[in-house]
Amino acid sequence: MCLGIPGQIVEISDVARKLALVDVSGVRRQVNVAPILDGQAVEDLVGVWTLVHVGFAMSRIDEEEAEKTLEILRQLGEAQEEIEAMKATEAMLAGEKVEAAQ
Amino acid sequence: MKYADEFRDPVAARGLLAKIEQVTSEIGATAEKPVHIMEICGGHTHAIFRYGLDKLTPPGIEFIHGPGCPVCVLPMSRVDESVEIAEQPGVIFCTFGDAMRVPGTKKSLLQAKADGCDIRMVYSPLDALELARRNPDREVVFFGLGFETTTPSTAFTIQQAAADGLMNFSIFCNHITVPPPIKALLDDPYMTLDGFVGPGHVSMVIGIRPYDFIARDYNKPIVVAGFEPLDLLQSVLMVLEQIRDGRAEVENQYSRVVPDEGNPASIAACDDVYETRERFEWRGLGEIDTSGLKIRDKYAAFDAERKFGIGYGAASRFVKEPEGCRCGDVMTGRIKPPQCPKFGAECLPETPLGALMVSSEGACAAYYQYGGSRLEAAE
Ligand code: SF4
Repeated sequence: MCLGIPGQIVEISDVARKLALVDVSGVRRQVNVAPILDGQAVEDLVGVWTLVHVGFAMSRIDEEEAEKTLEILRQLGEAQEEIEAMKATEAMLAGEKVEAAQ
Repeated sequence: MKYADEFRDPVAARGLLAKIEQVTSEIGATAEKPVHIMEICGGHTHAIFRYGLDKLTPPGIEFIHGPGCPVCVLPMSRVDESVEIAEQPGVIFCTFGDAMRVPGTKKSLLQAKADGCDIRMVYSPLDALELARRNPDREVVFFGLGFETTTPSTAFTIQQAAADGLMNFSIFCNHITVPPPIKALLDDPYMTLDGFVGPGHVSMVIGIRPYDFIARDYNKPIVVAGFEPLDLLQSVLMVLEQIRDGRAEVENQYSRVVPDEGNPASIAACDDVYETRERFEWRGLGEIDTSGLKIRDKYAAFDAERKFGIGYGAASRFVKEPEGCRCGDVMTGRIKPPQCPKFGAECLPETPLGALMVSSEGACAAYYQYGGSRLEAAE
């Protein structure tokens, strides 16, 4: 939960709620990018690498730093855990009735 | 050098270790009279054991494992209260996976789930918010816990819930902050601490200025560190050099991720949503002044403590640690995990008695997982 995981912002999904799709080791996950906006438009964040903590883009990093961090997380066994948690939540939400949302 | 080959740059590691060796001897630290360096963050504790840094560094350095593992410092009474909230009719209780197995006095959240409570493991508070959106007839509660790294995410989520008017969503807020327990440990007359390796991702949010009191008032060095073995070695060296030179400063080894001023957007969100509690209970450390956060009045509708009348704000209750547990002594560095009579016997990662055995960032779990040879030595 505290180590976070690096990912790259690939698409903006909700401008008003500051949500973007981030690619984390091939897994796509919606994250909130408010912490790293820094006065920029949400749309300009596509391509940016970021450290993702519990669904929030908490800091900008460069690609090299992202790779090094991922490698460390793999060695510590944290990367897989983090990605599994993302997938498990997705599966849980997918099982929810969506009609209630409309 | 058994572990050094795992480092990306063994030459750099060897160079750093040689310098660490040299400065340690310049200080005159030995196995009998070691320098005590506390790594505050549980992520660092895990990395130190994983890479065997405690074995690679000279015996004159003793690592004291700090309180920076959020589930490890979660008191049993907070777990009991979570279970109590989860048992309320209509509630969906959401938590990070780490907190599921922490024992309460009666049961853990995992056991409560097996007993029929609707408890969901989520990756993010945003997922709990989404559940609230999809289940307007249910009360969705998110267990907000952790240090400054995760505190902003809960704050942003509350702001979003308020903006969207999701009144069936609330947070059971048990967020805590890093600097107050450090002060408490420095004030503890039984503790010897000569310097600190500061938390990387907490500092990414709050910056490095909140540690000024450590250097200014206590005259101890602190170096904010990254998580790679080389980051940790370099940070330990920086701490040692300060000790040798008689300096006490706040230094930032991890500036590629940690800006000195932290993350302004996150700090602003936290200021908007939380206020400081007068005191908060830490497992093994007791109550510490101004160490916890609660939700401000303006967001009272999203505060599970007020919604259900359960939690620290409603009643502070203390429960004793299980008989024979030495979690508090491990937490304050008075003993090493294997010196706890429960370690590796009744207390195992699969069946933890104490929270230090639950998370991979807990000192007991890290020791159990990687501390093989140390274990034998201690016996
Ligand atoms: S071994 Fe278990 S009971 Fe003993 S200090 Fe560690 S977590 Fe606590």
